[in-house]
Amino acid sequence: MANVEKDLISGQNTTGHEWDGIKELDTPLPKWWVYIFWASILWSIGYFVLYPSIPFLKSYTKGYFNYSSRDELAKDLAVQAQQRGKWLADFQGKEVGEIAKDQGLLRYAMAGGKAAFNENCAPCHGVGGGGSLGFANLTDDEWIWGGKLEDIQQTIAYGIRSGHEKARFAEMTKFGVEGVLKPAEIDQVADYVLGLSSGKGDANAPGAQIFTDNCVACHGEGGVGMRETGAPALNNAIFTHIKGDKTSIALQVSNPQHGVMPAWADRLGAETVKMLAIYVHSLGGGEK
Amino acid sequence: MFSHKIFETNTLVLIVGIVVSVAIGGLVEIIPLFTIENTIEKVEGMRPYSPLELAGRGIYVREGCYNCHSQMIRPFRDEVERYGHYSLAAESQYDHPFQWASKRTGPDLARVGGKYSNDWHVKHMINPRNVVSKSIMPTYAHMTRPLAVASTIAGEMKTLKVVGVPYTDEQIANAVADLEAQAKGGDAAKAVEARYPKAKIGDFDGKPDEITEMDAMVAYLQMLGTLVDIKSVKPELVNR
Repeated sequence: MANVEKDLISGQNTTGHEWDGIKELDTPLPKWWVYIFWASILWSIGYFVLYPSIPFLKSYTKGYFNYSSRDELAKDLAVQAQQRGKWLADFQGKEVGEIAKDQGLLRYAMAGGKAAFNENCAPCHGVGGGGSLGFANLTDDEWIWGGKLEDIQQTIAYGIRSGHEKARFAEMTKFGVEGVLKPAEIDQVADYVLGLSSGKGDANAPGAQIFTDNCVACHGEGGVGMRETGAPALNNAIFTHIKGDKTSIALQVSNPQHGVMPAWADRLGAETVKMLAIYVHSLGGGEK
Repeated sequence: MFSHKIFETNTLVLIVGIVVSVAIGGLVEIIPLFTIENTIEKVEGMRPYSPLELAGRGIYVREGCYNCHSQMIRPFRDEVERYGHYSLAAESQYDHPFQWASKRTGPDLARVGGKYSNDWHVKHMINPRNVVSKSIMPTYAHMTRPLAVASTIAGEMKTLKVVGVPYTDEQIANAVADLEAQAKGGDAAKAVEARYPKAKIGDFDGKPDEITEMDAMVAYLQMLGTLVDIKSVKPELVNR
């Protein structure tokens, strides 16, 4: 390094390399950059000491802080449980009816219920509970399995045809597929049900007798519906799984579609289910 | 003082130098993952995917679902509140490759199993706007076509076995039969349940006579996050 050639213009050393008459400057790195470089190496030493870092074959250095993101979460959740403790104790101990009568708890349930609804229920029932084809509207007075607070709580907790042992369960006979009714009879009963749904049920129609013989047992006299059997009312124009024109009614009689709602008690916990029941009850159709 | 000159003037020495330094970095990072005993939590319930689930997983990868959906619930309060217990390493131990993904345009799917009905998944896949009006997810209506991988699924299972997924010979021998039975239900499905506990059985897409890509996809989604009974996992087992 004795005979380093200096560049005349910049005054810097050159590397001594030369290509086609072009020489390379050996400009030193900027001081600020070098300081940051060394500082970050120092920082990493601190990090090595304080946090989990060096892996060995069977374990790793845990670091002075003994940090673990999962422990950190456990602490976060403990703080949260403490903050919510007073409320959640009430939600554990009280029935939904009592909770709904307490203004403070009701406000808490509505806020919590709305958050849980939008995350878990809205994908099927829509934001606000309006439902869509195949998924029940929760804002109207029509309830297939009951619209009281306790009914709604039960439905949310265990679901419908969810496979849970306490799930609400009923299945309509496949009148066409199983050959219980002939195609002509299905056509007649569909006509009759279409009439019922528009409020013009014709008792003398040929489908009326078929309806009495086959449908009344579950759907009730005049198609008023029966909650014990989960049979929806047919005397209004509200349908869940079908559009409600004659073709779709006939198809439903022939080969019925059944909705499935998951059980939520295990996933969300009993407290959240109560909040949800209160929130859904408030959407417009809740019954006393 | 140490001089770079020997590296800078000799290509072979430079190559060897690069290989050695990169290898040190790689080995130090990778080897302990295999040898440290608690990398994969010792929890119960994980099993290799059933043939139908595996086919669904293949479609999941093919369609690039991982571009918008993660399968990794991180240990943060907000994520745990929304999606459920954070994901365990054990839960993706039979994924080759894993589907953790790195970006969420849509929600995390690590515990989507059982959250919605089969019917919802089918309607949502055919057109997400049918059920979620503001969804920006593309439509996957083409998944209503028949599942084409039935004949190759046993081969896929064999391949996975080579890389360490513990498929038994019995599982591989019954691959096609199990795939069909899981999508059609009935008595044959009992063998599927025995070989693959907690597998969801049934006609997923409302077309009982046909096994479609939708059947496989929904079977896979309905299984996600349900295999390990997370409530029975002791915190001290997974806290680290």
